[in-house]
Amino acid sequence: MTKKQKKMLWRIIAAAALFVAAKLLEPQFTDVARTLVYLIPYAVIGWDVLWRAVRNIAHGQVFDENFLMALATVGAFATGECPEAVVVMLFYQVGELFQSYAVGKSRRSIAALMDIRPDYANIEVDGKLEEVDPEDVPVGGTIIVKAGERIPIDGQIIEGSSALDTAALTGESVPRDVAAGDAVISGCVNLTGLLRVRPTRAFGESTVAKILDLVENASEKKAKAENFITRFARWYTPAVVIAAVALTAIPALLLALLPAASLPGFLAGTAWTDWLHRALIFLVISCPCALVISVPLSFFGGIGGASKRGILVKGASYLEALAETETVVFDKTGTLTRGTFRVTAVHPTEGVSADDLVEYAALAENYSGHPISLSLREAYGKAVDTSRVTNVAEIAGHGVRAKVDGKTVCAGNGKLMDREGAPWHPCELPGTTVHITVDGFYAGHIVISDEIKEDAAEAIRALKAAGVRRTVMLTGDSSAVAADVAAQLKLDDYRAELLPGDKVDAVERLLSETSPSGRLAFVGDGINDAPVLTRADIGIAMGGLGSDAAIEAADIVLMDDKPSKIATAMRISRKTLRIVKQNIVFALGVKALVLLLGAFGMANMWEAVFADVGVAFIAILNATRALHVEKL
Amino acid sequence: MKKRFGLTDLDCAHCAAKMEDAIKQIDGVQNAQVNFLAQKLTVEADDARFDGIMKEIVKVCKKIEPDCTIEL
Repeated sequence: MTKKQKKMLWRIIAAAALFVAAKLLEPQFTDVARTLVYLIPYAVIGWDVLWRAVRNIAHGQVFDENFLMALATVGAFATGECPEAVVVMLFYQVGELFQSYAVGKSRRSIAALMDIRPDYANIEVDGKLEEVDPEDVPVGGTIIVKAGERIPIDGQIIEGSSALDTAALTGESVPRDVAAGDAVISGCVNLTGLLRVRPTRAFGESTVAKILDLVENASEKKAKAENFITRFARWYTPAVVIAAVALTAIPALLLALLPAASLPGFLAGTAWTDWLHRALIFLVISCPCALVISVPLSFFGGIGGASKRGILVKGASYLEALAETETVVFDKTGTLTRGTFRVTAVHPTEGVSADDLVEYAALAENYSGHPISLSLREAYGKAVDTSRVTNVAEIAGHGVRAKVDGKTVCAGNGKLMDREGAPWHPCELPGTTVHITVDGFYAGHIVISDEIKEDAAEAIRALKAAGVRRTVMLTGDSSAVAADVAAQLKLDDYRAELLPGDKVDAVERLLSETSPSGRLAFVGDGINDAPVLTRADIGIAMGGLGSDAAIEAADIVLMDDKPSKIATAMRISRKTLRIVKQNIVFALGVKALVLLLGAFGMANMWEAVFADVGVAFIAILNATRALHVEKL
Repeated sequence: MKKRFGLTDLDCAHCAAKMEDAIKQIDGVQNAQVNFLAQKLTVEADDARFDGIMKEIVKVCKKIEPDCTIEL
């Protein structure tokens, strides 16, 4: 509890004690003295509300909750209901205290989730370790990370080996082993050995800083439900206040003007003060706080909980959209499959040696960071002498053309061979086939295969179970490979042999096929698919650790490589929305009910206070459930 | 220029929305965001007049929610 909250708690206790005393002494007093006795606890508990009400009116803030509470309680005093006035104010303050405590608590638990900001970095100065602000460490310097410390900046290990706890970033509990040469990401905790790390980025560009920034800004992209509540709140309070005025003014006017005999039924036997009392009940319920706090709090909690599971959601609107996902489109490589390709077969044309074929391919593909090129270089096994390669031209969706030792080498798929007019033939083995021509002569092909991720089939099953109607895979690979993967994973559909540009078209077409209320999510690894990520209703990038492009372009970033996290994200989204809906229905329902009962004279002040602060408190407690997503 | 400020004693979510609306109305403010949960104010405004605009913002916020202070 903060100092302010503690002070309020004491005021509440004091006022409650004074109220009980007043209640006991009451029979001994008459009218004016009775009011005065109740005024003491009222002043203790409500002076600040009254003061703020006056001050805010001076500032032109009329429909402010302080003013409404002041009006309702002063009105209750005026109509002789002194105990009620005190209790309403007391309950209001208790409710406010609860609210502020509950909000503070959830704020803190969300902040704790985000507690990945490193406080310092160790640098070596004259053989001694010195702690400095991570922001002051230059790129290319050396930092030292001791066991138990958090890696402050993204970098590369130059010395030492250790196990890293990546749980704060990925939700993954199995430590990751690292050694010299490996890239490490800020935010991970070094568990065992001493590491010397060369920062490859400045702190502000590091993963930790990016994640914190992203989550803090997440609430700026408001969900539809939030916008609805904001608009609703703007109209609700004035509407209720006007209704309250009408509720006193109209009956009072009729009672004054009409003779008792001709009064309509609902007015018979009532005095104007009864109507005033009913109007005061309206004023107590007129604050929309329960909704205004609990809806964004639920989204905030959902986003916080998701990040604990290694799922970064860039805004409440995306969390909301995710629940309505109807179609999920996957990129194949790196998403459903590992993306770690290996050369599984080398088929040279007669007269060409297998080693030469691999060498040409590795050299020609030398500049590409594509997984296929990496596997070719791995198969080559020697350092690539880049001076032998010139005039490299990458032909998107086809392959590469380069000059190797003065010869024109083309390496790529069947389409490239057609373009080159080479007499190629498809390989019978499943996998990606790289065909190679040397000076127009078809030299043979190399087969590279990829493995399906362990949890990919499970991921598809979970998505189907979560209500996704259609799963589609897009790939630049051959139809044979695509059909094979799609069948293994039980995907509904696939599109193969797509050029990068075709993927956007394919997604456009799939978008037009989804129902108006359904959303389309695209899942990619963030490499080369930024346009598609942007075009889809929800762009999900996988393996976001360290990939800037993915974090920039996607709406949701999965920190680890597991496609099964998409279904987890959907479940979190559903839970959050369920809570939001419960809160909206509950809060509006109770308020509407009490307003209705109040208008007919069947509700009292107690119920009105419950409908205001009680409902807000319950809604906040409900909202904090959104934080707990460990088991989803 | 976009700048972020902390807010202390921001206790009322409804007031946060009102503050946000009022700040957006100020001349020279391109965008503003009052985040009730993070207790942060983000202001995007003209570089040249930023300090003057901030003074205006403090004044407006004092009017709506006098208990809440902006950590400049």
